[in-house]
Amino acid sequence: MEAYEKIKKTRQSGRATSVDYINGIFEEFTELHGDRRFADDHAVLAGIATLNGVPVTVIGIEKGKNIQERMERNFGCVSPEGYRKALRLMKQAEKFGRPVICIVDTQGAYAGAGAEERGAGAAIAENLYEMMTLRTPIISLMIGEGGSGGALALAVADRVWMLENAYYSVVSPEACASILYKDAGKAPEAAEHLRLMANDLYGFGIVEKVIPEPESFTDAEGTKHFFHQLRRDLSREIKHLSHMSRDTLLSERYEKYRKIGRYESDTAPTPAKARRVFFGRK
Amino acid sequence: MNQVSAAPVTEPTVLCEKCKQPISRTALIGSGYVCPLCGKYNRIPARTRIELLTDKGSFCEHNATLVGENPIGFPGYEEKIRTAREKSGEYEGVICGEAEIGGERCCIFVMESAFMMGSMGTAVGDKIALLFEYATAKKLPVIGYTVSGGARMQEGMLSLMQMAKVSGAVKHHSEAGLFYLVCLTDPTTGGVTASFAMLGDMIIAEPGALIGFAGRRVIEQVMGQKLPDEFQSAEFQMKNGFVDAIVPREEQRNFLSRMLRLHTGR
Ligand SMILES: [Zn+2]
Repeated sequence: MEAYEKIKKTRQSGRATSVDYINGIFEEFTELHGDRRFADDHAVLAGIATLNGVPVTVIGIEKGKNIQERMERNFGCVSPEGYRKALRLMKQAEKFGRPVICIVDTQGAYAGAGAEERGAGAAIAENLYEMMTLRTPIISLMIGEGGSGGALALAVADRVWMLENAYYSVVSPEACASILYKDAGKAPEAAEHLRLMANDLYGFGIVEKVIPEPESFTDAEGTKHFFHQLRRDLSREIKHLSHMSRDTLLSERYEKYRKIGRYESDTAPTPAKARRVFFGRK
Repeated sequence: MNQVSAAPVTEPTVLCEKCKQPISRTALIGSGYVCPLCGKYNRIPARTRIELLTDKGSFCEHNATLVGENPIGFPGYEEKIRTAREKSGEYEGVICGEAEIGGERCCIFVMESAFMMGSMGTAVGDKIALLFEYATAKKLPVIGYTVSGGARMQEGMLSLMQMAKVSGAVKHHSEAGLFYLVCLTDPTTGGVTASFAMLGDMIIAEPGALIGFAGRRVIEQVMGQKLPDEFQSAEFQMKNGFVDAIVPREEQRNFLSRMLRLHTGR
């Protein structure tokens, strides 16, 4: 049950969180607060910074380092106002032609009554809708937990890069096991079947790059080297994406999602023979 | 003596989803699947819904036999699909096509609750995305009826990606200045709520429909308390500002044709 072991490790504290990526990769980070509608969601840590001298917008989901921080950050479970803050800053980035870098690490969107009252579904939907045509490059880094729609809401991007031990899933293995097998204890089995690790998703064409991790994030040298590499790769990719025409950027972004589970269409209005399906990378 | 006056033949009955009372099938169909005893809006087969909404003989189906595979090799999924096909009489969890409503031409999709509770896998996502792309190319409005338990977990992340894919297709349709009206029916939840269900220019709902993102039990666990009955109802969503109007079933056809007419620029 290799996948589940990895997931358990990924959920433990001691991994680098968004704040470490922001400090390790960017300069001059200035946090910007609030969605200008309702509140400032502390599960989302966002602002403007430079990457190798280039101004960028950085939006991270932050879980917090200790129990006090975690409470304040709501354990990285984002409320609708967090997604709306992210969208506000993405629109701002679009206006000023700044690339956007999202750092995703969440077990899922916050499932509280207030989140539901303020439109959790609507907020996520709006991000997917707007990100697909945001006229500036977007790169999303999946650094730990990628919990379903709550993670996808910051990951409709030109490039999705994923750490080798990160997971990204439509449903948590526990919930999947309890729904399908009526036994949450079968989570390891479900985790295996869901194909939710970075290498699986690379194979499906859902992520473009699997990032090797340092031996341990507690090893200062290794971590420093890791951030150095990532900074170089990000900088290079942003440069590449920024040189593309906006129309090409957007059509490639759409096509990337469009081809995931693409079937041949019969636009003729009569029933025709069954069609076959194509998936991801050939 | 002949036997004409024998006891009436017992009619086939179905149990109401809410009050669980047996109701004659013909009575239920006659009332548009609204329970004559308790008023509950029972679920309608997608094909019947299309019949009730569209002008007689105007519906042309698109991609009728588009079928998915088992893209991530999930154990037991083929068997589930087979059962769902038998139970629903449909190939997949959504029916798409074009039709006229009150003489107004439009594209229409209706999700099928009897097919794995309208869960969205790649085939469902692709059929809806194809419909929006077709509507964009043909400059047609889209009418959508949602009913869904959310993303189809047996297709793993490929099903989650359908949320992004369909939302993108809806965006392109919208940018072309075209009209999309969605009607949320019981239940509309999870990944469908967090994508195309909430992206209509106009969002209407059926009375009493369950509409939400997270599951009720999950929220109760998080909150450590019971939630009121009306939590996540259509009425709750309207009160909170996420639904334009609640439209009774018998008025929907007129409502749709009026809204379509108001958006044709005529
Ligand atoms: Zn009833």
